[in-house]
Amino acid sequence: FPPVSFLSLHHLCLLLPSLPTDATAVRVLLSGDFKVSQAETRPGNDASDQLGAAAMEASLRAHRPAALLIFAFLSLLSVSSSAAQEIQILNAERRIDLSSQVAIVFLTLKVENTGKAAASDVLLAFPPTEAEHLAEVKAQAASGKKRKKTYAHLIVEPTDVPDAPNGAKGFRLALHNPLSPGETTTIEVLYMLTHSMEPFPAEISQSDPQLVYYRDSAYILSPYRIKQQTTFIKTPSTNVQSFSRVEPTNRAGMELKYGPYEDLPAYSYSPVLVHFENNNPFAVVEELVREVEISHWGNLQITEHYTLAHGGAKLKGVFSRVDYQSRPSASGVSSFKNLLARLPPRVHSVYYRDEIGNISSSRLRTDSRKSELEIEPRYPLFGGWKSTFIIGYGLPLEDFLFESTDGKRYLNFTFGCPLSGTVVDKLTLKVVLPEGSKDPSAVIPFPVEEHMETKYSYLDVVGRPVLVLEKKNVVPEHNIPFQVYYTFNPIFMLAEPLMLVSTVFFLFASCVAYLHIDISIRKG
Amino acid sequence: MASPESAVNGPTMTAGAASKSLRNAFGGVIAFIILVLIGVLAFSIRLFSVIKYESVIHEFDPYFNYRVTQFLSKNGIYDFWNWFDDRTWYPLGRVIGGTVYPGLTLTAGTIWKVVNSLNIPLSVETVCVFTAPIFSAFASWAAYLLTKEVKGPGAGLTAAALLAMVPSYISRSVAGSYDNEAVAIFALVFTFYLYIKTLNTGSLFYATLNALAYFYMVCSWGGYTFIINLIPMHVLLCIVTGRYSSRLYIAYAPLVVLGTLLASLVPVVGFNAVLTSEHFASFLVFIIIHVVALAYYIKGILSPKMFKVAVTLVVSAGLAVCCAVIAILIAVVASSPTKGWSGRSLTLLDPTYASKYIPIIASVSEHQPPTWPSYFMDINVLAFLVPAGIIACFMPLTDSSSFVILYIVTSVYFSGVMVRLMLVLAPAACILSGIALSEAFNVLTRSIKFQLPGIAGNPSIASEENGSSTVVAPNDIPKTEEAAKEKPAKKNRKKEKENVEKKPTPSKTEKRLLVLPLEASVIAVLLLVLLGAFYVVHCVWAAAEAYSAPSIVLTSHSNDGGLHVFDDFREAYSWLSHNTDVDDKVASWWDYGYQTTAMANRTVLVDNNTWNNTHIATVGTAMSSPEKQAWEIFHSLDVKYVLVVFGGVVGYPSDDINKFLWMVRIGGGVFPHIKEPDYLRDGQYRIDAQATPTMLNCLMYKLSYFRFVETDGKGFDRVRRTEIGKKHFKLTHFEEVFTTHHWMVRIYKLKPQRNRIRGKTKKSKSSRSVSSKRDVRGKRNPWH
Repeated sequence: FPPVSFLSLHHLCLLLPSLPTDATAVRVLLSGDFKVSQAETRPGNDASDQLGAAAMEASLRAHRPAALLIFAFLSLLSVSSSAAQEIQILNAERRIDLSSQVAIVFLTLKVENTGKAAASDVLLAFPPTEAEHLAEVKAQAASGKKRKKTYAHLIVEPTDVPDAPNGAKGFRLALHNPLSPGETTTIEVLYMLTHSMEPFPAEISQSDPQLVYYRDSAYILSPYRIKQQTTFIKTPSTNVQSFSRVEPTNRAGMELKYGPYEDLPAYSYSPVLVHFENNNPFAVVEELVREVEISHWGNLQITEHYTLAHGGAKLKGVFSRVDYQSRPSASGVSSFKNLLARLPPRVHSVYYRDEIGNISSSRLRTDSRKSELEIEPRYPLFGGWKSTFIIGYGLPLEDFLFESTDGKRYLNFTFGCPLSGTVVDKLTLKVVLPEGSKDPSAVIPFPVEEHMETKYSYLDVVGRPVLVLEKKNVVPEHNIPFQVYYTFNPIFMLAEPLMLVSTVFFLFASCVAYLHIDISIRKG
Repeated sequence: MASPESAVNGPTMTAGAASKSLRNAFGGVIAFIILVLIGVLAFSIRLFSVIKYESVIHEFDPYFNYRVTQFLSKNGIYDFWNWFDDRTWYPLGRVIGGTVYPGLTLTAGTIWKVVNSLNIPLSVETVCVFTAPIFSAFASWAAYLLTKEVKGPGAGLTAAALLAMVPSYISRSVAGSYDNEAVAIFALVFTFYLYIKTLNTGSLFYATLNALAYFYMVCSWGGYTFIINLIPMHVLLCIVTGRYSSRLYIAYAPLVVLGTLLASLVPVVGFNAVLTSEHFASFLVFIIIHVVALAYYIKGILSPKMFKVAVTLVVSAGLAVCCAVIAILIAVVASSPTKGWSGRSLTLLDPTYASKYIPIIASVSEHQPPTWPSYFMDINVLAFLVPAGIIACFMPLTDSSSFVILYIVTSVYFSGVMVRLMLVLAPAACILSGIALSEAFNVLTRSIKFQLPGIAGNPSIASEENGSSTVVAPNDIPKTEEAAKEKPAKKNRKKEKENVEKKPTPSKTEKRLLVLPLEASVIAVLLLVLLGAFYVVHCVWAAAEAYSAPSIVLTSHSNDGGLHVFDDFREAYSWLSHNTDVDDKVASWWDYGYQTTAMANRTVLVDNNTWNNTHIATVGTAMSSPEKQAWEIFHSLDVKYVLVVFGGVVGYPSDDINKFLWMVRIGGGVFPHIKEPDYLRDGQYRIDAQATPTMLNCLMYKLSYFRFVETDGKGFDRVRRTEIGKKHFKLTHFEEVFTTHHWMVRIYKLKPQRNRIRGKTKKSKSSRSVSSKRDVRGKRNPWH
């Protein structure tokens, strides 16, 4: 099997390299010159200054596909020799859901082992730009036939694919049962991309809808040969300004269909660009610091510091309250003014404030299963606007703190951000253990950065150990439980009360002593 | 209304003379518990603002103090003294360390530091919010001490209880009202206490403490000049009335020397402590008291005949020297334009001064003279009790009671000049009312007790009545007096001995004669209790309803009982702080300067520290100019955003349109092309169709009413209760960037300068017209 794969010229492929920043490059594009670039151009760069994008959009409208045939290709001269030759994908289906600010991709792969030896793992490949925005990859293997399908969760871990072209990043799926030669299995992969939609135009006025670009490849990037593949892209509305064509391409309502494409070699790539309307709130929590403080007197205190931003198209110039209030449907459609925080049940003493005081626009609904806190920032957030606030609440300790069989205590709490529909760029979770606890360790189902700190709170002497967990790119799928184990001797609970009692005792004792001492020099 | 007599004498019913010491100890404990309760009352009555609203800093000046405290807690004391603040008074800046009374800030900063060193993680804001209630508890204890020195512990406890809840003081010291006055009133009363204490004991120890307390007062508030004028007045009064004593000398001379030295250590006072006229009275009296002391000394060592000769000699020589000194003084004082007095002090001496010469002082509402209802609102029944207290102070007149009388008389005058100084009146009123109430109860309960044998057979009824009033307990008089005398003497046996000797012995016989009819006494006691109850009800109402609003958050009750919150100010400040560049300059009227720097952290042109009249006038001129001129003024000051407060949508009366005439006046005071009559139609200030074109075209009007007509179609202003005059207009040099939910704050951005069109024939023409305009503009805009 020849490891060299070619992509024919008449595949319409759009790729905007970061090169054409100057006017000449644009002129080249517009005049319809062929530009065949191999090797130098990097694939799928998120790219693009507006100038180039504008030029491309103009040319797209011109319906001269041949004229704007641009090549930008991966150097596909080498293909992974070890795994790739062993495995091929018989059928691949990819569904990309772009209806929120997160691109949710659902990938179904039918994998066949064509090699001689049993294959124990399957590789996935992502372009480097996508890998940066990759928030979560989950995979499961399906076995059995239609009705009796059972799913087994697969462990996904990043790996280096040494011979991947252009810095494509790999992920390794470890199969539970090695795939023996000739056998096939079905793998379902779910992954999410944050910040993958770029607003264009980047600045809009209050009455404009928000249009975004989504860039991807018409072909699934894979280290394996794919026999047959199809990609569906679901947009949030029927308003699709433009989309690249890689025949066969169909559009029906809110769905774009790329494919089916037959028999493509490994690492095939054909950039596509979809320009569509997406007015969903692009609520981005740029930084979230959650502090979970355990008190063995029965309370779990959570304090969350948010830095919220609207990650969509920036508001240009004027904000008119008249327009916003009198025409809510036509004005500021992409802005948002309230958010919903899902908190655990039995939450108490909830507060919502910022550095200059309480924010009165919030509403709390509680029932036995969940609590919902509806919050409004001080002002509606338009594109590019920011806001900061703090949410704090208390929870009964018995719901979250347990004793494990080996005598250790563990906290079972939810990772992630309680605000629904938001993306967190950087999440710092601090678990403040009671003073005197030892050997903290965290059990988390995904990789996070960990380190220890010390915090001094009410009347502490030695300080409380703080386990700090940091993770970037957090999506709602990360709201899953994690555990922190530690050992704690209950005698430490009495330290502070005893300290206070003894202070008061000594105060009174010194008073008594003072009243009974005559310190006058001359005895009268 | 705790009367200690009852407390002290409660157990004497059963106890004999042998258990006197036990009784005294018990009375002391009860008095102590009552004082603690008074402290708790003073603290907790001020928490209505936290409970009804939230724990937040109030109003305007407290935001500045809060910001300074934040700086202090973050950067330390040395950086604080050297702090040059470039975020205010742009482009001039302000030397905060040298122009601020640091007492409050240092107090709160110290509390914060102590608390945090104990690992109690209170935020600076929390400490600031609760500083005022804590210090009002201290102030009531200080009032107890002061009144105790004057008229005994009974009057002291009553005065402390009254001061704990006097509405005038509550208005300045609710939780969150983080202002100088909050600690200054404590410092004021405590300084007076130490002065009286020194006067009564003649102890140099207390005199030193007195100087330190005075130093704390100087640190805290500009009102310290009241102390340094009142005490000399009292000393002079004592000398004139022949009450000179060595105790008086010890109370006064160290205070002046040490106090002046210490006061000049405070950067904001500095050499003013010896240079300005506010302090001259103290030096003059200082000289006089030495002359008098010398005279008394000489009188002591000379025979009467020799003394007469000496007097004639000294008087003739002294007169000559005095004339010379006074002539020099007058010459020095007259050489300065304000005669050495600051503007605010002059306003006190001549109430019409500010309105004539300094509109910026006159424009502040708290510098206006009060109205009669405000006396009733702020000191309530105390206003009626004060005269009785003055009379009580005259029987017998002592050094200390004459001081209290002098205090009330001067503070009544000052409160009549400025609403704000009602605050100084409040402690005096409380002390005198405490004395009055206590004396009245003394007389009445004694009358009842004396006549109890008269209605022998049913003493239980009387005792029940008295018991129900919780003020008196039946007892026999001699014991009461003894107890009252013995108690302080025993308790502080080292400290006060002359209290006993000063208690006039003839009072016993005198009191026996003053017996009122039983029925009248009982009714009078009941009426007094009723009066007290009325006072308590009023104070609680005032604390809960009138004075607890933080003024940055407004609330209103809708018809269905729901609470509607107007949080527009913080909405705007929060928007500014998150969505503008950190170095952007924001122009607004000076009222909002402190809040903008503290809450939005943006540079402002002018703020509530109105030290530079010209700069404020520049902003006032810009606000009263047409759009183009205003743009030029603002642009020359690097302003990027203009903030106006507008209440027309929700009916918020203290908005910029209502303050606008002051902007015109202050602006016109410096830039004469702004004339107040241009904005008035027949002497009336109006914004409807009858308004003058100058008014309808000025920047303030335009920024306030831009697109206002689109809200209801008519442009009906709910504050002025009229339709606005000019409804449809466009802005050419400003653009709206933010308006809050209820339209209370509107923020505009200056449009960038137009691009110059090149190579057009217009160019030469336009440039010529610009240059010709510049000559005109040169006068108007001080920055070109």
